[in-house]
Amino acid sequence: MAEHFILIAAIVLILLIMASLIRVVGGPTVIDRILGGNVVGTKTTVLLLLIGILYESLAMFVDIAIAYALLNFIATLGATKFFLRRRTTDKALAEAFLYQEDAESSNGGPS
Amino acid sequence: MTVIASIFILAGLFFFAIGVLGILRFPDFYSRLHAAGKSDSLASVLVITGVALYNLQEFTVANLLVSIKIMLITVFIYVASPTATYALTKTAMILGFEPWEKGKKRQ
Repeated sequence: MAEHFILIAAIVLILLIMASLIRVVGGPTVIDRILGGNVVGTKTTVLLLLIGILYESLAMFVDIAIAYALLNFIATLGATKFFLRRRTTDKALAEAFLYQEDAESSNGGPS
Repeated sequence: MTVIASIFILAGLFFFAIGVLGILRFPDFYSRLHAAGKSDSLASVLVITGVALYNLQEFTVANLLVSIKIMLITVFIYVASPTATYALTKTAMILGFEPWEKGKKRQ
């Protein structure tokens, strides 16, 4: 009886993961996609524990769940840092080229 | 013990469903983050506590150690999930996303 309950809970969790994949695929901005990935990762950590109960080897699946939670956290922070840095680099490059064009057109120093 | 664990897991699934509904339906990025950041950490902690209680049906030392390890995951999620939410919000502020106001188009 309890096994069936855990199985049904795992299936519901998989359906919720499918629903939040909609936000990952069709999110309007890139931050939405990172948020969707974070949510899917959190649900997967829980799902691994439920699968551990179903396979009757919870002691092994707990370690996998800890590793997955750590990896999910690091991946979110890394992706966020990456887009932040790319934005600042783009802005710096644009300012540099604009400044160069200004200097060529007016033949003057920085005002 | 099984009944208490089942109640915990059901409550966690309910909050997961609410979080997914918020992610799908809210109009802009900040409100979606509001739905995802809080309900997800609470729901995962509830489900993981339910799993730890379910594991303690036969009370042995090995099962107790596994349950303590499972509770360590909840401690980690309680630290990590708000940090990830904070990093996402800060990135969105720096990238210059406008918050949604009434009457504007949904993003």
